[in-house]
Amino acid sequence: MSEESPSNSALRSSVETRKRVEASLGARYRRENRFRFFGLLAVLVSVSFVAFFFVSIISQGYTAFTQTYIQVDVYFDPDVVSPDGSRAPDVLSQVNYSRLIKDGLGSMFPEVSGRKPKQLLNRLVSNGAIYELRDRVMAEPDIIGSRESLWFLADDEIDAWFKQYSRGDDADGAARLGDAQIGWLRQLVAQGRLEQRFNTVFFTSGDSRDPEMAGIWAAAKGSFFMLVVCMSIAFPLGVAASIYLEEFAPRNRWVDLIEVNINNLAAVPSIVFGLLGLAVFINFLSLPRSAPLVGGLVLALMTLPTIIIASRSAITAVPPSIREAALGIGASPVQAVVHHVLPLAMPGMLTGAILGIARALGETAPLLMIGMVAFIVEAPQTPLDPSSALPVQIYLWADSPERAFAERTAAAIMVLLAFLLVMNATAVWLRSKYERRW
Amino acid sequence: MTQGAIKSIVISVAVMASFSSTNVGAQSARDQISIVGSSTVYPFATVVAEQFGRGSRFKTPTVESTGSGGGLKLFCAGIGVGTPDIANSSRRIKSSEVETCASSGVEEIVEVKIGYDGIVLANSVAAGQLSLTTRDIFLALAKEVPNPNGAESLIANPYQKWSDIRADLPDSNIEVLGPPPTSGTRDAFVELAMEGGCKNFAWIKALKKNDESRYKSICHTIREDGRFVEAGENDNLIVQKLQANDKALGIFGFSFLDQNSDVVQGSRVDGEDPTFENIADGAYPVSRPLYFYVKKAHVGTIPGIEEYLAEFVSDRAMGEEGYLADRGLIPLPADEYAAVVDAVKNLRNLSL
Repeated sequence: MSEESPSNSALRSSVETRKRVEASLGARYRRENRFRFFGLLAVLVSVSFVAFFFVSIISQGYTAFTQTYIQVDVYFDPDVVSPDGSRAPDVLSQVNYSRLIKDGLGSMFPEVSGRKPKQLLNRLVSNGAIYELRDRVMAEPDIIGSRESLWFLADDEIDAWFKQYSRGDDADGAARLGDAQIGWLRQLVAQGRLEQRFNTVFFTSGDSRDPEMAGIWAAAKGSFFMLVVCMSIAFPLGVAASIYLEEFAPRNRWVDLIEVNINNLAAVPSIVFGLLGLAVFINFLSLPRSAPLVGGLVLALMTLPTIIIASRSAITAVPPSIREAALGIGASPVQAVVHHVLPLAMPGMLTGAILGIARALGETAPLLMIGMVAFIVEAPQTPLDPSSALPVQIYLWADSPERAFAERTAAAIMVLLAFLLVMNATAVWLRSKYERRW
Repeated sequence: MTQGAIKSIVISVAVMASFSSTNVGAQSARDQISIVGSSTVYPFATVVAEQFGRGSRFKTPTVESTGSGGGLKLFCAGIGVGTPDIANSSRRIKSSEVETCASSGVEEIVEVKIGYDGIVLANSVAAGQLSLTTRDIFLALAKEVPNPNGAESLIANPYQKWSDIRADLPDSNIEVLGPPPTSGTRDAFVELAMEGGCKNFAWIKALKKNDESRYKSICHTIREDGRFVEAGENDNLIVQKLQANDKALGIFGFSFLDQNSDVVQGSRVDGEDPTFENIADGAYPVSRPLYFYVKKAHVGTIPGIEEYLAEFVSDRAMGEEGYLADRGLIPLPADEYAAVVDAVKNLRNLSL
């Protein structure tokens, strides 16, 4: 070693290094590739979970967006509707409208006789049909005595059969219908008296125990009221708290304690907030049970820590030079914050707030305690009326014995997901539009 | 942005203020019946509530699904518009609950028995129908069973396969999916099916007189070695799991069997099929009555309670051919039905 010239030894050592590097190169590449492979695998696994979730929800739920209607010839028989000729609303609202439908179906299938077969025949049409007829007659009493072909909602089991039949699947084997019913249905199909239409009922009506009449409107309205209440309380409080903590609060043990507690509060299970809501808002302040107002208050408590944390990090992201410049040209601390820091931090705060509401929109656990997991038909008119919420509706339908609720459950999940996607997209858009980089 | 932020703060403070000023007024009047309680009675109570809401001039009552115990607790919290008017229950009210009620001023309660619910053990239609006795059910599911050698002692449940219990049962592993202990269905199943089988052993039956708590712990404790799986409160989920696994048996209410009769079949218990007729005439052994309780002090103050009761006990709802029977509620026998109608008409007080 020592006899060689320095340049020679340098050359040798570099050759050696090169050799050693080359020898280990294959292993290094393999390690590199393995690492990338595992990363890619992790992404693929999560993507496939998401894809599986979407495929299963959509394949179960898309059929709920259409609904089968059935055409029945109805004779508004004066003997049934107003035997004494009276057209007073009190009389017309108490008429046995199911007679009209029974007679209509009977005239279409005159061969059906006997109590049990007739009962089955009447079940082709939804229970809601009699209320449709009642509303029609009360709105235009002149219809009494005339004949009309009307389209009614079909019963949920007929709906299931017709959907499978139209797709060409084995409908008869899958349905829980007797041979007689399937015979009538085939006859109706041949006469063009069965039809699938877009399911407007699903979007415009409240809950019902008859799947064909059940909709998400009341629940969506309840969710809307809750989120309005939640945001109008949590956002201003959260922003005010974060500005104070970040810009004005003295650094001492008490403030540290508050900060630690806010972070802890963000991790508290949501059912605990429900218990708190029951104790404070319902039992102590005696606000009404099942009201979106109480739901909104509970969700506000729940989202408050999330908003405070997001807002504080948005404020920290504003460079100190902005504050210093404002103070330097004579702005008061409040002016510096309100005129300069707050506008720059606002996109970040809004993003945090939207993500907070998106979480609040999907909560059911706290609502159980305050009575919002309930069967409620009428849509709430104010935040004080009893109401359920979208995730609650999903939970209740998932637990219903009637099979047709399964597809409606999946459809309601799709609607909820659509809302969440819109909210998250808004958050992304706000961030990219207003965010400033320094 | 700044102005907008300030404006939004002002608006939200105004909104908060208006809410807090209106809430006092809202609490003083309620024009809607409030119903709480059992998730088993929920599907029936909601059907009546909906019919009542559509067919009358009153608003549709709100029906909460809180479970029997939770519902009765809310019901007994006191009198006033803040408390529910009616509590649904899948078991009879306990005397301790009546006392709690009385201590908070709820002294007059009307009991309405609405019908029966069968509890079924079902499996997939892809497998054969099982024919079990309550004794088999007890031996398959109890935590401790009598020693098979005939001695009057208990051993940890040794049975792994159905055929271990009785040679003519299938040679497959015992695997039963059922509701968790918080469920009323579980309580009723344990009391009717398990205890029913447990009583077959004379020496255990004799314990009931001397040492009732020991008797109960023998008969009511379900095994925890994985043969019995708690599948949650959602009965639809159990039905789906049965479809996927034709070796498993599930425990749920008759209405779910009725709605899913194309994919699952009920096992025969003590030689009786779980059919509508068999449950109605009492031949099928695992069935229980369902109730609701009405706060008499609210009748007359909350509009529509009497009319709701009338709708519930009417022939077209609770009758033998009524719409509740279509939903899987087993109607009361004629004499019991007449007694219930009479009690409701006169708002007769509960007497335990």
